[in-house]
Amino acid sequence: MTELTYREAVRQAHKDALNADERVFLMGEDVGQYGGCYAVSKGLLEEFGPERIRDTPLSESGFTGAGIGAALGGMRPIVEIMTVNFSLLALDQILNNAATIRHMSGGQFNVPLVIRMATGAGRQLAAQHSHSLEGWYAHIPGLKVLTPATIDDAYGMLGAALADPDPVLIFENVMLYNRPGILEARVADIASAAVRRPGKDITLITYGGSLWKTLEAAETLAAEGIDAEVIDLRVLRPLDNAAILASVAKTRRAVVIDEGWRSGSLAAEVSARIMEGAFWELDAPVGRVCTAEVPIPYPKHLEDAALPQAPVIVAAAKSAIG
Amino acid sequence: MAEFRMPSLGADMEAGTLVEWLKAPGDIITRGDIIAVIETQKGAIEIEVFESGELTELLVKPGTTVPVGTPIAVINSGEPETEVEHPQVVLPKIPPPQAASTPSPEPEMPPYRTVKVSPAARRLASERKVDITKIAGTGPGGAIISKDVIANVSIQPRGLDLAEMRKAIAAAMARSKREIPHYYLSHTVDLTQASEWLVQTNADRLPAERLLMGALFLKATALAIAQRTGFNGHFTDGAFQPSGPVHTGVAISIRGGGLVSPALRDTNTLTLDNLMVKMRDLVNRARQGRLRSSEITDATVTISSLGERGVERLYGVIYPPQVALVGFGRVTRKPVVVGDAVLPRPTVVVTLAADHRVSDGQAGARLLADIDTLLQKPETL
Repeated sequence: MTELTYREAVRQAHKDALNADERVFLMGEDVGQYGGCYAVSKGLLEEFGPERIRDTPLSESGFTGAGIGAALGGMRPIVEIMTVNFSLLALDQILNNAATIRHMSGGQFNVPLVIRMATGAGRQLAAQHSHSLEGWYAHIPGLKVLTPATIDDAYGMLGAALADPDPVLIFENVMLYNRPGILEARVADIASAAVRRPGKDITLITYGGSLWKTLEAAETLAAEGIDAEVIDLRVLRPLDNAAILASVAKTRRAVVIDEGWRSGSLAAEVSARIMEGAFWELDAPVGRVCTAEVPIPYPKHLEDAALPQAPVIVAAAKSAIG
Repeated sequence: MAEFRMPSLGADMEAGTLVEWLKAPGDIITRGDIIAVIETQKGAIEIEVFESGELTELLVKPGTTVPVGTPIAVINSGEPETEVEHPQVVLPKIPPPQAASTPSPEPEMPPYRTVKVSPAARRLASERKVDITKIAGTGPGGAIISKDVIANVSIQPRGLDLAEMRKAIAAAMARSKREIPHYYLSHTVDLTQASEWLVQTNADRLPAERLLMGALFLKATALAIAQRTGFNGHFTDGAFQPSGPVHTGVAISIRGGGLVSPALRDTNTLTLDNLMVKMRDLVNRARQGRLRSSEITDATVTISSLGERGVERLYGVIYPPQVALVGFGRVTRKPVVVGDAVLPRPTVVVTLAADHRVSDGQAGARLLADIDTLLQKPETL
């Protein structure tokens, strides 16, 4: 058991992966000399050399495509994209190549590629660098979409992603990098949701950066006699239907907390699945707490107001309980 | 008398399927009561009545689909038909603008109340037969939620918990076999007389008023039991406590599995017609889980009849603290020696399971012989 930050847990995962398998290498903008835009790869260049920690030109489409090629060629590349907004420049590679090649080759070629990127708002990076588009990627068959929220997952999911034969996207919420914690489990599965707080009165379903706000809301609710169960989805694609439905069947109420925008959000998908699978268990309409449908504001107070926050989660939970 | 008709629940509704009657003939109903559930294309709808009075007859069986406007029940409002329309005409205070121009005015709808009921509460209420119109909601916006339904399960007279019933049966039957030394007798009864008498008696009766063979079995058994000692009463505190009145527990099977044997009180003194009415009422209420507590505890002897779907004979397990159970198998045509001839005759096998601590085989044999004798003279029952 080691005390470290989320950032250090991701870095440690890289080190261990690079040491364990010589096919593994990291590439992306500023991952080498600069140490990564969120300092995840700081020190890795010195330790592993420029062959394995590769700075790339500013061309997401180019280096993501190179990553796909390397994966097809037998390597185990980790591609870091600075933030999710830049991944849109590589969307064609991700959607049309990485996600489809196994299908289009009739199963002859698989793409064991890992793409990591930062996501989320809260650091006053304004409207172009504060998106939460992981829900969009969860729409795409052929990908796995991970959203580690804990130290254990920040560490363990990278190894599980590298072991997966297909493309895996890992979304690291920018507000989590400095979060300290203790690394307990070194192995993580990338198939199931986790109950982060058991409860019986209402199910709060969330993932990524919103997990900690939701747990904070659950404690506020507990002080008022409402026992909330908090589910961390962990994996947005494929969703762990069974865990969601089992919890809702127990509590009969659900609120989905999602930093994505409300319309067409992952929260909408979770809500629809509850309707399909647990309608007759419900005692209240499924609630959602999402980001306000505006470009994320730069001023701190407006940015905070646009994002899901604990008091809003508390209010939504109370409204579902009546 | 008023006919209650299949209501139109929207212009596009042509017919409805009766799912369930929530009231039985003989029930006193008041305007606004829900008396039936009708399945339409829009789902299952609970149907309210606009008359008050006694529900005298149900004209449509569950499962039947009938066109809108078809009479489905008869309600006796207790007033001659002619008087019903008079007050509207003679009372000047009530202007009858519609009635004057419309020969049969639409019945006034009861005030419409929107009740929010959560899906979980709806499902639970349906499973546990809780009337959601009678409970208050504590959910969002005052909606009725599952917890409200559960809170009302215990105080609602309607509703059967089959799992609980199974537990009760298990406990009672295990106790019976553990404590009661059963002995069994059986005897075949020729039902020619009884069958012919029933055919004659029922010939000019409406279907709802016809007597069933089961009523003869009940009455004959109750009469025979009243005349013998050792079969009617309870075995408690190590001794037999005979009972004067004969309250027969009538075994009624419950859809979905389960069995109750509520008491039909003073069976030996009821007329056959009265007995039929009470039996129907008992069966109805038993299946809706609306039995009275006294009916659960008062039976002094049990009579079980497997009816038309049964087998030839049944060997009963005595329901403690009772000391006897009389069973009737299915009425079957069998070759019977009459004089020197073998003739096909309707017969039934009547069995006795009795408590050997209280009675002996010989007394039991006499009891079955008495039942036989009584069934040979159905007109005296």
